[in-house]
Amino acid sequence: MKQGSMQQFSEGPWFQQVKWISGFLFAALLWVIIYSNLDWCAGMLLHLSGISRANRFGEALYFFVYEVPKVLLLLTAVVFVMGVIHTFISAEHTRALLSGRRTGFGNIMAASLGIVTPFCSCSAVPLFIGFLQAGVPLGVTFSFLIAAPMINEVALALLFGMFGWKVALLYSSMGLAVAIVAGVVIGKLRMERYLEEWVQKLQERTVSSEVDSEPMSLTLRIQEGISHVRDIVGKVWLYIVIGVGLGAAIHGYVPENFMASLMGKSVWWSVPVAVLIGVPMYSNAAGILPVVQALLGKGAALGTVMAFMMSVIALSAPEMIILRKVLKPQLIAVFAGVVAAGIMLVGFVFNLVL
Amino acid sequence: MKKVKILGSGCAKCNQLLDAVKAVIAAEGIDASVEKVEDIQQIMAYNVISTPALVVDEQVLCKGRIPSYDELKELLTAKSQGCCGSHGTKSTAGGSSCCC
Repeated sequence: MKQGSMQQFSEGPWFQQVKWISGFLFAALLWVIIYSNLDWCAGMLLHLSGISRANRFGEALYFFVYEVPKVLLLLTAVVFVMGVIHTFISAEHTRALLSGRRTGFGNIMAASLGIVTPFCSCSAVPLFIGFLQAGVPLGVTFSFLIAAPMINEVALALLFGMFGWKVALLYSSMGLAVAIVAGVVIGKLRMERYLEEWVQKLQERTVSSEVDSEPMSLTLRIQEGISHVRDIVGKVWLYIVIGVGLGAAIHGYVPENFMASLMGKSVWWSVPVAVLIGVPMYSNAAGILPVVQALLGKGAALGTVMAFMMSVIALSAPEMIILRKVLKPQLIAVFAGVVAAGIMLVGFVFNLVL
Repeated sequence: MKKVKILGSGCAKCNQLLDAVKAVIAAEGIDASVEKVEDIQQIMAYNVISTPALVVDEQVLCKGRIPSYDELKELLTAKSQGCCGSHGTKSTAGGSSCCC
C-alpha cells in the first residue's frame, strides 16, 4: 500500500514489480555461479598465498576459506526464502489454523507450522497466551513452541551446508517427531492447572482468531526477504566465522578418533551427558554447529552429536526463564523433561541404527 | 495529539522500534506522546501475539516487525486510523501484513 498512491505511473507498482523480480533473478543467478565455483576459488586463494594443503595449517586454512563463504551463501539463500514465506504466514494465521484442533492431528500441524511461522523467543509469552485464548489446546501450543525454535532457518542452512541434506532432513524429521510427541504427552497429562493463575484467568477471556490481511505485492515480499536476510545474517555471520574458525582448528590439529572415547558410539552415557550439557546452554545454531561438525570428523557418533545440537538449540535457560512467567515450575519441569527425554531417544536410536 | 504505544516485553527489537519511532517523531515534528507498554496483560488486551507492536490512538498498526523510516512516517502522520482503517471497527485486530 505504500507505493501506488505516492508514485507516478511510470514508477508505478507494475514497473516496480518488474524491477524487483529481475533484480531477484539476477541475484539468484549470481548466487548459483559463485556457489558452484567455491571449491575452485578456495583452492586458488590458497595457491596464491603459497600455502600448501599438505600441512596442518594449510588444511585448516583451506577448510576455513571454503566453508565460511559456502555456509554464508547457503544461509543467505535459506533465510531469504524463509523471509518470503513469512509474508504468507503470520503467527495470527497459524493461530487461526490451530484453533480448536484435536490432540494428534493438531500437534502434527502445530509442529509443521512451527517451521514456517515467524517466531522470536522474545514474543513467546504473548504468543503462548494468545494461542490458548483463541482455543488452541495446551499440548498443541507446546508442539508449536518446541518445533519453532528447534527447526529454524539458521539451523537448517548450517546443517545442509556442513552435514549434507541427509543429516538436515534427519534433524528436521526427528525434531518434528520430538515436538509432536512431547506436545501430545503434555496434552494428555492435562497440565492446564499448572499454568500461572493469571494466565488461567486470561484464558477464560477468549478472543477471536480471525485474521484479516491484504494481499501483498511480490515486490514487498522480496523486500521482506531481503530485510530478513539483513536481520538474521547480520546477527549471526560473526558466530559463523568464529565457529568455522574453531572447527577449522579442530579439523586440522585434533588427532583422528580423538572424540571416539568421549562421544563415540560405544560410550552409552555420552548421549544423556550431551543432552544434560546442551539443555541449559544458550547458543544459536550458528556458533555451535561448525564446532560440532568438526567433532563428528574426529570420531564422535552422529546420534550423540545430533542429541547435543537439538538440546542446545531447542531448550535453553533463558527460554525457561521467559516461560516461567506463564508456567508453574512443575509444568516447566515436565516440558524440559519430556523434550530432553525425546532428544535422548533420538540420540540412542541414531547411534544404534546408523 | 497522537497517542503512540509500543507493545513489547523489553526485547532488543522492541527497544529498536521505540528508538525508531522517537526518531521519526523528532525529525518530522509530529505531535505525539510515546509510551512503552511492557505489561504482558496490557499487551494481551490488544490481542497482539507477535511483538513488538505499534499502536497509534489505540489502533494496532504493525506487529512483529520494525517498519522502515518512511513507513513509520506514513503510519504516524496518517489522518486517522492508518492503513488498517479500511477494515472498519475491529480496532485491535489488524492483520500483521496489512500495515506495511
